[in-house]
Amino acid sequence: MIKIANISKWYGQFRVLTDCSTQITKGEVVVVCGPSGSGKSTLIKCVNGLEPFQQGDIIVNDISIGDPKTNLPQLRAHVGMVFQHFELFPHMTITQNLTIGQVKVLGRSKDEAHQRALQLLDRVGLNSQADKFPGQLSGGQQQRVAIARALAMDPICMLFDEPTSALDPEMINEVLDVMVGLANEGMTMMVVSHEMGFARKVANRVIFMDNGSIVEDAATEEFFGTPRSERAQLFLSKILSH
Amino acid sequence: MSFFTQFDFSVIAPSLPFLWEGLKFTAKLTLIAMAGGIFLGTLLALARLSSITPLAMVATWYVNLMRSIPLLMVILWFFLVIPIFTGKPMGAETSAIITFTAFEAAYFSEIMRAGIQSVPRGQVYAGQALGMTYWQTMSYVVLPQAFRNMLPILLTQTIILFQDTSLVYAIGAKDLLKAAEIAGKNYGRPIEMYVFVALVYFVICFALSYLVKHLQARTAIVR
Amino acid sequence: MNYHWNWGIFLQQVQSGDETYLDWLISGLGWTVAVALAAWLIALVLGSLIGTLRTVPNRGLAMVATAHVELFRNIPLLVQLLLWFFVVPELLPRDLSLWVKQDMPAKEFFTAVICLGLFTSARVAEQVRAGIQSLSRGQKMAGLAIGFTLPQTYRYVLLPMAFRIIIPPLTSEFMNIIKNSSVAFAIGVLELTFQARQMQEDSEQGIETYLAVTLLYFIVAFSANRGMALIERRTRVPGYIGGAK
Ligand SMILES: Nc1ncnc2c1ncn2[C@@H]1O[C@H](COP(=O)(O)OP(=O)(O)OP(=O)(O)O)[C@@H](O)[C@H]1O
Ligand SMILES: [Mg+2]
Repeated sequence: MIKIANISKWYGQFRVLTDCSTQITKGEVVVVCGPSGSGKSTLIKCVNGLEPFQQGDIIVNDISIGDPKTNLPQLRAHVGMVFQHFELFPHMTITQNLTIGQVKVLGRSKDEAHQRALQLLDRVGLNSQADKFPGQLSGGQQQRVAIARALAMDPICMLFDEPTSALDPEMINEVLDVMVGLANEGMTMMVVSHEMGFARKVANRVIFMDNGSIVEDAATEEFFGTPRSERAQLFLSKILSH
Repeated sequence: MSFFTQFDFSVIAPSLPFLWEGLKFTAKLTLIAMAGGIFLGTLLALARLSSITPLAMVATWYVNLMRSIPLLMVILWFFLVIPIFTGKPMGAETSAIITFTAFEAAYFSEIMRAGIQSVPRGQVYAGQALGMTYWQTMSYVVLPQAFRNMLPILLTQTIILFQDTSLVYAIGAKDLLKAAEIAGKNYGRPIEMYVFVALVYFVICFALSYLVKHLQARTAIVR
Repeated sequence: MNYHWNWGIFLQQVQSGDETYLDWLISGLGWTVAVALAAWLIALVLGSLIGTLRTVPNRGLAMVATAHVELFRNIPLLVQLLLWFFVVPELLPRDLSLWVKQDMPAKEFFTAVICLGLFTSARVAEQVRAGIQSLSRGQKMAGLAIGFTLPQTYRYVLLPMAFRIIIPPLTSEFMNIIKNSSVAFAIGVLELTFQARQMQEDSEQGIETYLAVTLLYFIVAFSANRGMALIERRTRVPGYIGGAK
C-alpha cells in the first residue's frame, strides 16, 4: 500500500531525512516514534507529498509521489491525514468541515455529503455538535472531528501526526478509542505517536527514528521485547518511566 | 516606437539646480515636521495616557480629529486660518511647516502611545522605587525604551510624511514637485519633469524603506 | 481677529449662476463618494490578487507582485496622479492617445479612480499578504491534505480566514481612500476639496466653508467605519478570537 524507498530530504544545507525505507501493507498499523526533531513529521508529510523530497521515491497505491506528473491533489483526496493541531477550518461549521472536501474535491452532491458527514459524526460521537464551529469544541472533540473529516473522503489509508500530543490527558483516550476502532476495522494506518499503550494494543510494527534515520523497524512484540538498539532502549525507558 | 522619440530628457540637466532648491525645502519640511511631530506627539501620547481626565480628553479629541480629515483639508485650513488669527499674511512655506508639524503630531502620538504601552508596567514601578519623579521615570526609563521599540514604525511614518509633503503644492509652496512643475513650464517640457521627479521620489523612498527593513531585521535579533 | 461670520452663506447663490453654495458642496460630496467607492473596488480586487501572489510558491509571480507593491508605494499619490493625467496618455498608441486627450468622457474622474485604486491596491496587497502569512502553515497543509489544489486551498481555506483577520486594517485603508480622494482636485475632479476651494474663493467665507466640508468628510468616513464594523460583526467566527461563544 505504502512503499517508502531510500528517501532523503534537505532543508537547504540541513539534512532532515537520511535514506529512509519501509513498507506498509494493506490493513497494517504502523506506529512511528522517536525523539523530538528526529524527522517523524517530515517523513509522514512526505507520504502524501505535503513535503517535497530530493532523493528516493514513495509509492502509494501504485502511484509515485516523486513523479512530477502525478496528480497530487487527486492522490491526497484518498489519503486521510490528521494533524497534531487539528487544523479544522475555523470559519466553517463542523458539518461544513466534513462536507467541503466531498463536494469540491470528490464532486458529491450536497445531500450525499451531508448524509455521510452526519453518519461519521455519529460514529465519533459528536452528532450533537454538527452546527457548532471548531472554536466552540474541546481539543479532544476537535481532533475527533478532524478524523471524521479525513474519513469522509473514504480514504484508502490514514496518516496521523501526533494526534494526541496537543491534548489534555483526559481527552487523549476519547481520540485513541476512535483510532483503535479504525484499526480494528482493518484501516491501513501510519501513526506518529508516543502513545506506547496504543502501539502495544493495535500496532503491527513499530518504527523508531533518530536524527533523520530509521533506526529500528520491528514487529511490535519484538520492539517491546529485548533485542533492539541502545538508542531506542534509552528512548523507551524515558517515555515509559512516567 | 515613435512616440518615445518625442521625449527630450536633456532639459533635466539645466534645471537641476532649481530642482535641488525644491528638494531642499521638501527635506527641510520633512525633517522639521518629523522632529516637531515626534516631540509634540510624545506629549500628546503622555496626555492621552495621563490620569488627568480633561487633558486626556483634549488630546484624544485632537488626535482623532486630525486623523479623520484629509491632510489636504488641514493644509488649506491652516493656510486660511493662521493669518486670520495673527492678523498678518503668512508665506506658504511657513504655513506648510506649521501645518505638517501639527498634523504629523497626531500620527506620531499614536505610534508613541503604542510604544509607551509596550513597555512593561514593572519598569515604571522600578523607576519609582528608585525615587524618580513622573518626568524622570518617563524621560530616563519609559520613553527611551518606547522610542527604541517604535523606531522602525516612526521611520516608516516619516517616509509617508516625506511623500505627503508633495501636497503643499495646493498652497503653492515651492517643494520638489512645485519646482519640477515650474521648470517643466519654463522649458515647455512638463512630461519629462514629472517622470524625472517621480523617479527621484521613488529612489529616495525605496532606499529609505530598504534601510528601515534592514534596521527592523537587526533590532528583531537584538531583542 | 475680525472675521465676519455668515452662516447663511450656504443658502446664498453663487456669484456666477443660480445654484447655491450648498448645491456645490452636495455635488462635491457625490463625486468624493463616487471616486472613493470606485477606487476601493479596484484596490480590493487587485490588492487581493497581488497580496495572494506574494505568498505563492512561485518566484516569478511573487516578484511581479513585489514590484507592483514597491512601485505604487514609493511614489507620492499626487505625483502618481499627475503621471496618470499628463504622462500616461503620451505613452499610448497614437489614436488611443488622441482619444484620451480629446474625447474621453469624464477623463478626470476615471484617471483619479484608476490612480487611487492602484495606489491603494499596493497597501491592500500588503495587508492581504500579512493576513495569509498570519495563518498557521498547518492550515494550508490541511487544505492540501484533503485533496484541494493550491487555488482551492486559497479559495476555501486561507483567504476566508485571512480576510476576516484583516478587516480592521482594511477599515483604515477604506477611510484613507476617502481622505486621499481629495487629491483628485489637482486634476480638476469636482469633488469636495475642489468645491471647498472654489466656494472659499467665490464666497470669501472660508471658515464656514471649511467647517462644513470637514464635517462632511467626517460623516463619510464615519459611515464607512460603521459599514466595515457591520461586516466585521457579520463575518465573525464563533469561538474564534473576538468571536461570540
Ligand atoms: N520548514 C523547515 N525548515 C527548516 N527546518 C525544518 C523545517 N521543518 C522542520 N525542520 C527541521 O527538521 C527536523 C525534523 O523536524 P520534524 O518536524 O520532522 O521533527 P519531529 O520528529 O516531527 O519532531 P517533533 O516530535 O518535535 O514533532 C527538525 O530538526 C526541524 O528543526
Ligand atoms: Mg512533529
